[in-house]
Amino acid sequence: MKTRTILLSTLAAMALGASGATAEGIKVGMITTLSGGGAGLGIDVRDGFDLALKMAGASDVEVIVEDDQQKPDIAVQIADKMIQSDQVDVLTGIIWSNLAMAVVPAAVAQGKFYLSPNAGPSPLAGAGCDKNYFNVAWQNDNLHEAAGAYANSAGYKNSFMLAPNYPAGTDAITGYKRFYTGAAAGEVYTQLGQTDYAAEIAQIRASGADSVFFFLPGGMGIAFMKQYAESGVDIPLVGPAFSFDQNILQAVGDAALGVHNTSQWNKDLDNPANKAFVEAFQAEYGRLPSLYASQGFDTANLLLSAKAKADVGDQDAFRAALEAADFASTRGDFKFGPNHHPIQDIYVREVVKEGDVYTNKVVGVALEDRGDAYAEECKM
Amino acid sequence: MLLAEQALNGLQYGMMLFLMAAGLTLVFGVMGLINLAHGSLYMLGAYACAWVAAATGSFALGLAASLAAAAAAGAVVEVAVIRRLYARDHLEQVLATFALILVFSEGTRWVFGSFPLYLTLPGALSGAVTLPGGLQYPLFRLAIIATGAAVALGLWLLIGRTRLGIRIRAGEADREMVAALGVDIARLYTMVFALGAALAGLAGALVGTIQSVQVGMGEPVLILAFVVIVIGGIGSIKGAFVAALLVGLTDALGKALLPSLFARVMEASAANGIGAALGSMLIYILMAAVLIWRPEGLYGARA
Repeated sequence: MKTRTILLSTLAAMALGASGATAEGIKVGMITTLSGGGAGLGIDVRDGFDLALKMAGASDVEVIVEDDQQKPDIAVQIADKMIQSDQVDVLTGIIWSNLAMAVVPAAVAQGKFYLSPNAGPSPLAGAGCDKNYFNVAWQNDNLHEAAGAYANSAGYKNSFMLAPNYPAGTDAITGYKRFYTGAAAGEVYTQLGQTDYAAEIAQIRASGADSVFFFLPGGMGIAFMKQYAESGVDIPLVGPAFSFDQNILQAVGDAALGVHNTSQWNKDLDNPANKAFVEAFQAEYGRLPSLYASQGFDTANLLLSAKAKADVGDQDAFRAALEAADFASTRGDFKFGPNHHPIQDIYVREVVKEGDVYTNKVVGVALEDRGDAYAEECKM
Repeated sequence: MLLAEQALNGLQYGMMLFLMAAGLTLVFGVMGLINLAHGSLYMLGAYACAWVAAATGSFALGLAASLAAAAAAGAVVEVAVIRRLYARDHLEQVLATFALILVFSEGTRWVFGSFPLYLTLPGALSGAVTLPGGLQYPLFRLAIIATGAAVALGLWLLIGRTRLGIRIRAGEADREMVAALGVDIARLYTMVFALGAALAGLAGALVGTIQSVQVGMGEPVLILAFVVIVIGGIGSIKGAFVAALLVGLTDALGKALLPSLFARVMEASAANGIGAALGSMLIYILMAAVLIWRPEGLYGARA
């Protein structure tokens, strides 16, 4: 039965293929982090992406997934292989901005579409933007800008800022300072992938700050939060969702309760697409989705919406279809700005405990219809 | 206050490096073997601790498991692989033990997956304590310092005051003569190797508890452990102890002091960048300086 359906649809595709109709399949290359301290992020993006394809029954989208091990050189090798031997139409999946900077410019220069489910480094939003590059998550600064806006409203006047030394880390502190109006008690860049934060915690303790803004995605955030809780320092923390997301909270535990963080998505956002997503994700994988999973899910749905309208071989039509962003996002309202980065609301969340599970609930809106600071520099 | 806290951080880091370096330097000193797989034994100890602690709910059992698992793995590896390498030159030892790293890493990935494991601190050791002078410091890091000091004392007694210690020192000095005197040299080597492995496993378990337990966690530490034994003098436990503390303190204090030092002469963000960069180079500068001053290391026997 199944073989026959596939056979029939292949025949149908072949018959239509000659006429260049939209029924032709798409080959997607997903380069993402599936091992090491950053594995949780890549796994969630991949699972969210797969889930959207499964829910849509899109059997003509072929996805090739490879692990970049969070290393730029490996990501570049995989991208070359996917473009040259696998001949993919669309690339996606990269989590880390330093990897995105290594892969994306070359990929779009070779005429491939790149849909970013996570990394949004500032150069790719500004002067280095490209007509074939779409960011479905956020420009890197966004959630940090919202954290800065929240810090003002919470009355913080003297923040200590901590981020890893890579493109998204500098974007984070730039973004926070763009809206935060208080003074800086200290500004420290750590090594990417660092696991011991004793030295930074000592500096925080000595700094006399009234708040700590930190951006440490993945395993770095878990290590920092655990060590911060053990250290006896009780200066309140503020941060983007990355430091308090679903895949981090269970490992951090009680230490995170009550902390405010900013996100473009949460599982309790009230819209039908999100409800369906959260329910299906839990049923399929037996865990709560993270914002990374929602971004992977939205990326796949954007791709499907464009595929329904145009053939990927007709680049101009396909690009116009992507620009329209005609899909039901889990975030509610979603549209692209002129530099192909989202314009969306960014919320303030609070870490709470529901039964045995640590999770977030939305407590307010930090920024409405926020685009990004680099759109003007983008000349497409 | 910042200085005092950083000094404690440096001390804790140094003790952890000592646990790693002690085994490495024993094995190198006694058997003349370069063991790159020492970092894998560290990882193995951490995984054993995480797994047993999660299964039984007891951190003490986890620690015991880390010692037992690393020692057992060390003994098995010694008998199965390492034993054939003593007579070979260092390049072949490096190749074979590097292969062991790959086997251990992929094996662990296969069993536990790529996702890092996280340990929960036992209630009695969690939180911070207030030290004399009003400084708050995490209790568990103090426990690591105490453990390191206890192990150092234990090793000093073992090497200096026991029959096994005499044999180890004798084996270091003249392998053939010891064998001719009727000591079972093969068994002695297995025991020394297992002892070194157990210390590495303990270090892995302790560090894994405050950081995270993941594949490949041993290699960055291994590099530093080599720096420590080179500074301390190859084969010398005392040298490893002094050098480990020196490296730990240099690293922690350098990272804390240099940025503020540079901030006096330049802009804050630039000072931060240069200070941090120089801070992470500092231990290698220290190593170079020690080697110029004493090419055989601080307590090295051979020139």
